[in-house]
Amino acid sequence: MLSFIIKRILEAIPVLLIIITATFFMIRLAPGGPFDAERALTEEAMERLNAYYGLDKPLFEQYTQYLGNLFRGDLGPSLKYPGFTVSEIIFEKIPISMELGLYAFCLAMLFGVTAGVCASLRPNTWLDYSTMSFAMTGICLPSFVLGPLLLLVFALHFEWFNASGWMSGTDKILPTITLAVYLAATLARITRGSMLEVQSQDYMRTAKAKGLPGWRVHFIHGLRNALLPVVSISGPALAGLISGSFVVETVYHIPGLGRFFVQAAFNRDYSMILGTVLFFAVLIVMFNLLVDIVLAWLNPRIKITQST
Amino acid sequence: MNEADSISPWAQSWYRLKQHRMAMLGLILLSIIGLLCLIAPWLTSYTYREQNIDLGAIPPCAEHWLGTDTLGRDLFTRILYGGRISFMVGLIATAVSLLIGVPYGALSGYLGGRTDRFMMRVVEIIYSLPYTIFVILLMVVVGRGLLPLLLAIGAVEWLAMARLVRGQVLAVKEQEFVQAAHVLGQSNFKILSKHIIPNVLGTVIVCATLTVPSVMLLESFLSFLGLGIQAPMTSWGDLIKDGVVTLEEYPWMLIFPSIFFSVTLFSLNFLGDGLRDALDPRVEAAR
Repeated sequence: MLSFIIKRILEAIPVLLIIITATFFMIRLAPGGPFDAERALTEEAMERLNAYYGLDKPLFEQYTQYLGNLFRGDLGPSLKYPGFTVSEIIFEKIPISMELGLYAFCLAMLFGVTAGVCASLRPNTWLDYSTMSFAMTGICLPSFVLGPLLLLVFALHFEWFNASGWMSGTDKILPTITLAVYLAATLARITRGSMLEVQSQDYMRTAKAKGLPGWRVHFIHGLRNALLPVVSISGPALAGLISGSFVVETVYHIPGLGRFFVQAAFNRDYSMILGTVLFFAVLIVMFNLLVDIVLAWLNPRIKITQST
Repeated sequence: MNEADSISPWAQSWYRLKQHRMAMLGLILLSIIGLLCLIAPWLTSYTYREQNIDLGAIPPCAEHWLGTDTLGRDLFTRILYGGRISFMVGLIATAVSLLIGVPYGALSGYLGGRTDRFMMRVVEIIYSLPYTIFVILLMVVVGRGLLPLLLAIGAVEWLAMARLVRGQVLAVKEQEFVQAAHVLGQSNFKILSKHIIPNVLGTVIVCATLTVPSVMLLESFLSFLGLGIQAPMTSWGDLIKDGVVTLEEYPWMLIFPSIFFSVTLFSLNFLGDGLRDALDPRVEAAR
């Protein structure tokens, strides 16, 4: 087990390196710079800023220097927020995105898996059709449509919630729903499909033949196996949710990391972009690893030492 | 000989598709919206860029069926023109993903061995990148507009196609008729193009149908961030973005584009589901 984890972490290093390299050269070769947007600076001031941040050195030297700093855990200073380091900004913003993401993830898991199981237990009935139509609606209402619509109806028309902000508990309801719907819908469809597939397996017949009560057959023998595909998509999904949604954070004016990243990309805040991209990538790698461990625990037939 | 055997597989699939009520509904809705967008220039007397501040932001009325936007442009017209862009992006990017993904996946699966491992490793690495982030970066770097948009979307959408085709090819290439072709001395190219690819076509069609909505979604997402289509041209995502700004005062500017957009996605997804059932009954309905 431990050797598997170490191996996976070692495997992740080249991937992360490729991501950093690609991002670094992509943003540096792009036209424009971090100091363009402000009021036109004098040439001298511009030169001094560039020199201060080391942007005047040859590109490759900057690249190796960045990697060196990274090795020591230093993501560098933000170019747009003088006086703050990138790590400071990320760790200030991420708790908000994480909180929202976790709520949405739990909500999606709860509703998605339940709906999928219900639909699969009564296939091709009105319950199945209506649940699956709901799921399809959820998939076809992207967050930038659903978010504003929820805002319009529940915050502006009925005035049950504040239209924006992240202060009181009720402020968190609409963003959580907006963020959760797509995942819930996807999970419902996947759960239903894999529950139906599991039904025809031999061990299900055995369980029924043994005379186990129905709920035991479906939930202990069926669901445990049917959850495998659910788990494998929920890892990357969770990584995506907690790293912050650009859309939801923009629509509801939530000061999270997602909105910040888009701003950094627009502002050409080089170190900020690299820092956030790296942070997202590490999250994804971590959750994929977590997923593999959970999968092995759920299904002992997957031999962790053999699978790479 | 059984009579059912004499019906061609395509006719059988079409028959199965017709049984799928939601898929047929999707097909009909899609045809209507597609046709409206196609004949938009002849359908309305307004143009998508003609501004008239005096007529700014009027709610739906007889003159302007779906109202006008803040610059006095007819919203119905703009939705149809936006739809043309959204559909166009969806179709072109899907075509690109087919052009790259199918040969790549087929080659990888057919050649097997070390080549296969290398080619799939490349796909996996690109797959593991945080891809919305990369599309955003790419758009920021390359600049805004239609061509960069297509490039950015095409660059990520072919991956799923390549993986799927490879999996199918792996299964098909072990079958007898492929071995027979080998024995008859046909070239690898001929075997791939005449024997293997036609046999994975069903799966490819299903995947392509489901790629179109995901591309349209991505396009709208980018337009929503202000990275997609640039004014005065428009797309559904762009219209929704504008609608969000004026949400409180003029809700129709958000509602109508959202309806068109969601109904289209709905139709495409149901059509894809129906096609999956029709073309490959063995594949489970949800993945």
